[in-house]
Amino acid sequence: METITALFTFWHDQAGKLGEQTLQHLGLTAASLLLAVLLGVPLGLGLSRQPRWAPAVLGLAGGLQTVPSIALLGFLIPLLGIGPKPAIFALFLYSLLPIIRNTLAGIQGVPPAVVDAARGLGLTDGQVLRRVELPLALPVLMAGIRTATVINVGVATLAAYVAAGGLGEFIFGGIALNNPAMILAGALPAAGLALAFDAALGGVQKLSTRRLGQVGGALLVALPLLGALYLLPRARGKLLAGFSPEFVGRADGLPSLTKTYGLTHLPNVVLAPALVYEAARHADVDVIDGYSTDGRIRAYNLRVLHDDRRVFPPYYAVPVVRPALLREHPELVAVLAQLDGQISDSVMTNLNYRADYLHQPPQAIAESFLRRRGLWRAPRPAPADAPVVRLGSKIFAEQYILAEMYAALIRGNTDLAVQTKTGLGGTTICFEALRDGAIDLYPEYTGTGLLVLLQPPPAVVDSLGGQPAAVLNYVRTEFRRRYGLEWLAPLGFNNTYALLMRQQQAQRLGITSVSELGRHLRQ
Amino acid sequence: MPDHQPPIIRASQLSKRFGAHAVVREVSFELAAGETLVLLGPSGCGKTTLLKMLNRLIESDGGTVEINGQDVRAQRPETLRRGIGYVIQQVGLLPHYTVAENIAVVPRLLGHPPTAIAARTTALLTRLHLPPERYAGQYPHQLSGGQQQRVGLARALAADPPIVLLDEPFGALDPLTRASIRREFRELEELRRKTVVLVTHDVTEAFELADRIMLLDAGQIQQLGTPRELLFRPANEFVRRFFAAERLALQLRTLTLGDVFLDLGDEVSTGDQGYLPAYSPNGLTSSALTAKTTVHEALEWLTGPTPATAPFTVPQLMGAFGEALQREEDAWKR
Repeated sequence: METITALFTFWHDQAGKLGEQTLQHLGLTAASLLLAVLLGVPLGLGLSRQPRWAPAVLGLAGGLQTVPSIALLGFLIPLLGIGPKPAIFALFLYSLLPIIRNTLAGIQGVPPAVVDAARGLGLTDGQVLRRVELPLALPVLMAGIRTATVINVGVATLAAYVAAGGLGEFIFGGIALNNPAMILAGALPAAGLALAFDAALGGVQKLSTRRLGQVGGALLVALPLLGALYLLPRARGKLLAGFSPEFVGRADGLPSLTKTYGLTHLPNVVLAPALVYEAARHADVDVIDGYSTDGRIRAYNLRVLHDDRRVFPPYYAVPVVRPALLREHPELVAVLAQLDGQISDSVMTNLNYRADYLHQPPQAIAESFLRRRGLWRAPRPAPADAPVVRLGSKIFAEQYILAEMYAALIRGNTDLAVQTKTGLGGTTICFEALRDGAIDLYPEYTGTGLLVLLQPPPAVVDSLGGQPAAVLNYVRTEFRRRYGLEWLAPLGFNNTYALLMRQQQAQRLGITSVSELGRHLRQ
Repeated sequence: MPDHQPPIIRASQLSKRFGAHAVVREVSFELAAGETLVLLGPSGCGKTTLLKMLNRLIESDGGTVEINGQDVRAQRPETLRRGIGYVIQQVGLLPHYTVAENIAVVPRLLGHPPTAIAARTTALLTRLHLPPERYAGQYPHQLSGGQQQRVGLARALAADPPIVLLDEPFGALDPLTRASIRREFRELEELRRKTVVLVTHDVTEAFELADRIMLLDAGQIQQLGTPRELLFRPANEFVRRFFAAERLALQLRTLTLGDVFLDLGDEVSTGDQGYLPAYSPNGLTSSALTAKTTVHEALEWLTGPTPATAPFTVPQLMGAFGEALQREEDAWKR
């Protein structure tokens, strides 16, 4: 009930956005369908004349159908960039199979005697096609278009992942923010559209052949018009931003950024988190949200805009340990401390780049880093009965690299054995593993410790004012008090939200900080 | 057969192979205007292929077809076909066209004026016992098989083509409907003026409708001649065996009173009514019996429900028939 109230409130507040998204959704569906009809019908007709190609072509179209939609969009981005192009193309590929197959089946379903008689009467091949085969194949062809339409309305929700808009924007925002009302706000109209199309085209299918021909013609006129809905003018600004759904919805993301810096003239599109970097790289958008130590910053030559008014909470990386480990093996204190303050933002970015883009193994990256800092010691052979230190990490490259660094330090400087338990899903899994004693140490971020694990009242968060030292102090005290766990010293880098621009463009416009971005936009 | 007229259809050395299989082998024939040729033979003998080569629904591999002295390959196939009526066993009416629209297909292609097309459609439907006011607006699926085939025939005749090709037109009908449509067909004035090529595997049908029969086997002509020639002068063993099962019935249908009663007197009228009308409920008068009445028809008449007076009795007729058979047999052996 609460959700339903929230849903109506949401629709009421976002009525303009809802209308725009619905039109975009219709536009995407219609444009892709038009392309599929324009290619699929002639292809189906061609196959009816050359049936030996049918298995190959239908197999190919069927194969395309089995590619998961997200993956298909992923494949298309390097080729078509982001925006409506890959979305329409992917939808087009999905609608091809039903249209080709039903065109072929429709033509093949025309009784051979009718075609034979028509030819015998003196109809030309073109006349046989237009006056006999196509009209008689139309009911089956329409069924194919109906199937394709319903598929497309559903898959078009994914267009939001590639900044093509549509009702998926609400859905993915809702998923990212765990907001059921927001999910429903997009999902219900999408389902409604699918049902409406299904019913309408189902009705069309039942018409007489003659009527069906007229409706088919009308459809060919209506589809480009509907497709044009997508091209309705949208807000334009000097720069275009591309944000992940979570960033747009989170209170400490875009809303607070807009408030603090006054970024009112920054129109944005929403797209999949994995794609924002690609979008910036290909200049589909100019400003994106990201993480300050992401390897792609280096790979794509992006610039982190300085958060000069401290909107984003600090996420300094700090090893968290079970105090028992240090009590039992006091020699570890000095060993672990060797990394304190050693890794700056740019160093971490660089290490991530080597893992994500040069595909070097985390172990090798850790070793070469330690060698350069003169911290490398060859691993000592651990005695068979040596106690084991278990290191954990979350499931991304930065954490793997950090775990390997600690492992190398422990192996080189102590007689202890090391076991790494890397790739432990998410934050909560690592944290619970540490509390249960399944692992002894893992790298955590101060902001995560504060907002995800401790979740203090907003007043407490505000009182910390985003000061790195204050936040670390708070999480350290609270972890000790509540869980008996120990935060050691920060490693140096801050893996927080960041606004990113292409280096070249930022330089040309003279933008190094978010304030300067705001000033540029207001000019 | 009027030999002095130039042939309307001349086929020479027609051949067709499907892959390694020769379906039609060097078939030649000539057909005069107004003649009905029946292509007869067992399944797979190539008769349909031969028919379809005449309107180029199948292109020949070798040989030529001339129609009115012009090679069919000199014109576009569609143009050729619009001048030749075409009827097939499955009828092939366009299911999304009404009866009237189906009949109008070829005249429309030829650009005939709509009023002329409408008048022609009405006339044809009436002649084929399909009252236009009831049937013109119906769709093919609303018609019985026999009615569909009548519409198919009307469609083939709509543009008044000089030549009509029929591919087993009665093959899909039940025996009663088949007999009645065949009779209508035979009586259709329209068709009698036309040059007709008809494919069938039904021997009775062939004998009933043909001026000449071409008996085919394995793509080759076994014999080309009048029904009587095929029956009494078989060219080879295949021809003989082909008619063996129905020989007596065919002989009854082929020999006429003129053949069996050599001394035909005045009792039997030999007027120019060379044709015995179908048995009507009104019965027949003896004046309807002519020298061209077949023995079969005379026998039906004699043994019919209406007591008939004839110049001969059944035993007399059958005796004379037996003698006639013997004469034919002797003539052939000599």
